[in-house]
Amino acid sequence: MSPRRAVIAGVFNTPQARRLEGWTTRKLAATAALGALNDAGLTLADVDGVITEGDSAGLVYDLRLGPAWRGWGFGLEAVTEAANAIEGGQADVVLITAGAAGVYLDRDATAPWTRPENEFVAPWGLFTAAEFALVARRHMTMYGTTPEQLATVAATIRNNGHQNPEAVYSGRGPFKPEDVLASRMVADPFHLLDCSMTSEGGCAMVLVSADRMADIDSRPVHVLGGCTDYFGPAYQFPPSWDLAGRRGGPVNGEIGKRAADRAFRHAGLERSDVDVLELYDPFSFEIIRQLEAFGFCGPGEGGPFVEDGHIAIDGSHPVTTDGGTMSFSHAGGTPQMLQRVIRGVQQLRGEAGPLQVPGAEVALCSGAGAGALFNSVILLGTEAS
Amino acid sequence: MSTPLAPQHGELPHAEPTELSAPFWNRCAEGALTFQRCAACQSINFPPVEVCRDCLGTDLGWEAGSGRGTLYSWTIVHRPVTPAFTSPYAPAIVDLDEGYQMVTNLIGIAPEEIAAGIPVEVDFHEVSPGLHLPYFRPRSS
Repeated sequence: MSPRRAVIAGVFNTPQARRLEGWTTRKLAATAALGALNDAGLTLADVDGVITEGDSAGLVYDLRLGPAWRGWGFGLEAVTEAANAIEGGQADVVLITAGAAGVYLDRDATAPWTRPENEFVAPWGLFTAAEFALVARRHMTMYGTTPEQLATVAATIRNNGHQNPEAVYSGRGPFKPEDVLASRMVADPFHLLDCSMTSEGGCAMVLVSADRMADIDSRPVHVLGGCTDYFGPAYQFPPSWDLAGRRGGPVNGEIGKRAADRAFRHAGLERSDVDVLELYDPFSFEIIRQLEAFGFCGPGEGGPFVEDGHIAIDGSHPVTTDGGTMSFSHAGGTPQMLQRVIRGVQQLRGEAGPLQVPGAEVALCSGAGAGALFNSVILLGTEAS
Repeated sequence: MSTPLAPQHGELPHAEPTELSAPFWNRCAEGALTFQRCAACQSINFPPVEVCRDCLGTDLGWEAGSGRGTLYSWTIVHRPVTPAFTSPYAPAIVDLDEGYQMVTNLIGIAPEEIAAGIPVEVDFHEVSPGLHLPYFRPRSS
């Protein structure tokens, strides 16, 4: 018996906006679900597995999908969990859907998901930007990484969003690194334009067993490998570069290295096989860190690497080609990360419009980073490798 | 040169201490910076924990430390997390001399004078009635 393999058969993004009046989280998730099934040429009656953040069982009931498998995964972990469920024979068609609207209304404060309630963190005024800044500052201290290098990352990603008609900030560029450096400071070294936005929107994805490929309308994309590294829960402990477990290294500053090594090994791929990197971009520095952690450049080399143009849309390592959370959308917990995988699928199908990386066959997608003490990696391919 | 960073004043977001964490906050009110030490393996545990993070021992006692350390990393926040905070303020990670790290805010130094590795010491401030926070400032000696 040949092993079952999982493919991504359908993807969908709802409209994204800073604020989507009249929408709710559940309406976005339902709209996205139907969109992704339609993209795959499947219907709700085909679905026998569901993942949605925090309420998979509720969605099984509300979509009348029972009896069905349900998953728990958050962000990119939902994709690897769905693929594993299919490959392990627990489900044939898994729907992952996510949305966020009406969650962030008090604009005097930072978004609620960025603010820890932990008693050893909250009174110090930490929020996501400060947590990731503490990691970035350490890298600057160790390696001499500069604000200009961080700004180059932000300008590159924002210029991708500028050209993406689906992006919340479509047409808002072009940006030069100087524009990023001239924006107001949020949490040093991060200026406003070094940071992700906040927005609302939904998205969904359908994974099926490769033996169902004849039933689907879209060009399937193979999930070739995926893994997540954790150092602990997000935003409760010092986000230290040097945080180490009892096995020594890699340390938290290199989080994602173990996950990437495992994903590449499982996929039978090398770093040089990757055509496009749909990296999660909560803050500009995180791209520099992930390029090092994932092995695309050496420790401390991320700053010069981005300065030399490698990550531009026409460079050797194009990153975050939809504009990411800085310019495309940043709708709460799971959507912001699932959308990195959706963009990877669009690139491998040749559906990325003016931002298409010519002939892209392998995409690396990522979620979260050292400021949050976890980092996920997924490798997608046009072929089963 | 800009103004030295100052402690916050007023109601700040903070969780109610638990049975596990109350000893730490009670000693903050007395001006002592404490941590847990495992009786079995002598490892320091902070933030407090029920079971030693190194050897899983359950006999954890509280000790007062020197309150001295060096600056590991920092940021200057200009956009406060909520209106309860006055900016700028400086979240930081400090390496304590006893060999553990904690999150704090730096005070008593202008933002542009902060540098990695500077010697710092704890400086308690009652920011609202009953909430004594262990800020850190540059060490005087």
